Amino acid sequence: MLGLNKKDFSLLLFVAFLAIAAPFLLNPFPASSSLSFLNAGYPALMQLFAIFAIVLIGFNILFGLTGYLSFGHAAFIGIGSYTAMWMYKLLNFNVIIAIPMAMLVTGIFALLIGWISLRRTGIYFSILTLAFAEMAYRLSYSVLTPITGGETNLSPDPVNDPMVLKSEGGLTVPHLFGFDLNAKTTWEVGSWSFTFEAGYYLCALILIISFYIAIRIFRSPFGMMLRAIKSNNQRMSYTGLNTKPYMLAAFVISGVYAGLAGGLLVAMDAQAGAERMFWTESGTIVIMAILGGVGTLLGPILGAGAIKYMEKILSSISESQLHTWLGILPDWLEDAMVYILANFFVGHAWHLTLGLVFMLVVIFVPGGLVELGQRIGNRFRRKKPDTAPSGETTPAE
Amino acid sequence: MGILEVKGVNKRFGGLQALGDVNLSVEENTVHAIIGPNGAGKSTLLNCFVGKLIPDSGSVMFDGQSVLGRKPYEINQMGISRVFQTPEIFTDLTVLENVMIPCFAKRDGAFRMHAIEHVGSEAAIREQAEQMLDDVSMLDKRHMDASSLSRGDKRRLEMAMCLVQDPKLLLLDEPTAGMARADTNNTIDLLKEIKDKRDITMAIIEHDMHVVFSMAERITVLAQGTPLVEDTPDNIKGHPKVREAYLGEAQV
Repeated sequence: MLGLNKKDFSLLLFVAFLAIAAPFLLNPFPASSSLSFLNAGYPALMQLFAIFAIVLIGFNILFGLTGYLSFGHAAFIGIGSYTAMWMYKLLNFNVIIAIPMAMLVTGIFALLIGWISLRRTGIYFSILTLAFAEMAYRLSYSVLTPITGGETNLSPDPVNDPMVLKSEGGLTVPHLFGFDLNAKTTWEVGSWSFTFEAGYYLCALILIISFYIAIRIFRSPFGMMLRAIKSNNQRMSYTGLNTKPYMLAAFVISGVYAGLAGGLLVAMDAQAGAERMFWTESGTIVIMAILGGVGTLLGPILGAGAIKYMEKILSSISESQLHTWLGILPDWLEDAMVYILANFFVGHAWHLTLGLVFMLVVIFVPGGLVELGQRIGNRFRRKKPDTAPSGETTPAE
Repeated sequence: MGILEVKGVNKRFGGLQALGDVNLSVEENTVHAIIGPNGAGKSTLLNCFVGKLIPDSGSVMFDGQSVLGRKPYEINQMGISRVFQTPEIFTDLTVLENVMIPCFAKRDGAFRMHAIEHVGSEAAIREQAEQMLDDVSMLDKRHMDASSLSRGDKRRLEMAMCLVQDPKLLLLDEPTAGMARADTNNTIDLLKEIKDKRDITMAIIEHDMHVVFSMAERITVLAQGTPLVEDTPDNIKGHPKVREAYLGEAQV
């Protein structure tokens, strides 16, 4: 089906299901319960899940297949964002122009940066990409301020910007052929409340398409060549293959995915800032890939979701929230627990939780969340040997 | 005119003269062995043929064209394949994929962007690779990971990867190094079989005299970066200069 084998197709269906049903799946707690705080099914966060899943799918084509670790991928998100924003300012707010242009311009930058960085391998390649990303970050706060808006961020100005394609009285928010991407409907079911937003579903659709293309690339002769380069670069060149254009193509594809994500960020929220390109953002992308499972198809998506969830939810748990949850404990224990959790694991300290989770994964399940899922699946299957094997956690190779 | 013509090749590494005025001619459809003691410059010479090293002076012509200054992949595309001392294969890929990659390189050239079609839809390439694996009796192992093969099978696989490209010249860098006698004999048989089946020129660098004398039609003896003699195996065996420089007291 669609040129995929059965296993890959069921994986695609699984991801499509996750993306489409996210408003339900991520909202397990009723709005009135004290745990509703853990719900992630609101549009702004679901958009981030989908957008970072796209970044990671692209990142995985480079890192997962070729083993080349780019430490500057956030720069491409930034470039995509600025491009999309300038399309708003110069032309109009239709994302059908902004997003493809974000991909195109990011692709050109990726070609240039890749062409230079790929002269080196291993750690030197990583450092070169990091250097380019830092340059992009610093430049956008200094000499490039007229283009990037510097510290004030870049946002559209309907009064002074040319917006040559905008019709009289046209929308001044991101839209798709006049359809406002912020349009929402809310379903109240019992004490649950589910929100469906046009913008999120645009992200979800693009995520599904991106994932489909990534599977095709993984299974193509091109994907096989990339794995061969990772496996034995020397044999590759003595086999009559020029590894450089293969690597460059993988780098550019990967960059275009990040540019697409950058464009989508601006399509969801019309502002762009340089902090998106800071090196810790690039680092987070690497951590997402490793946490999820490098080189697997599903892993990067899970990694992106897990980290964005922790970043948004863990970091905003407050002491009073903890007191409500732990209210049934004796007071002294409650206070002690709240003190420990609030100071070391949630709120501002959420990075420590991330660090611990990351360490545990790298030490005990180096294959990431995908391997964890497989191990649990195997244990489950051993007890009930007749359970049909699920294709949910199929590694790429 | 040989298929490979080496004229006046010199190569220095710092103060060391690795190759000094090497002249060599490999005739088409022969098995030509290059022997010599450790440090004689055999591997350096071979690296000059495949683009890994560029000689300081001299010329290396293959099939009427100079190989100097070309990249390894370009030289491969001209028709030279190389077998390494330790088998160089794609260990993370399956045996079949290992052989399909050189087929793609042969058909599509050094680079082609085929990112959307499925590998499985390349029936012709697959058949070609399977035929080759059948020729080296490895068809039943085609779905194994290449990393799980025995040493002997890795060598077979590497040969298959080179031969499937139908090269005009096959360079072998100590193909039996570190092998037990039985494996060595298997390799000799495999090479002889290959030679009988197709029009191919082989240049072998070898330490093992047993291999050299059971296969080679011409032998060049290299000592201290310079060819001492070039002759048939029978003449080399009895040659006093060769005994002195290389064979020492060994009985051959």
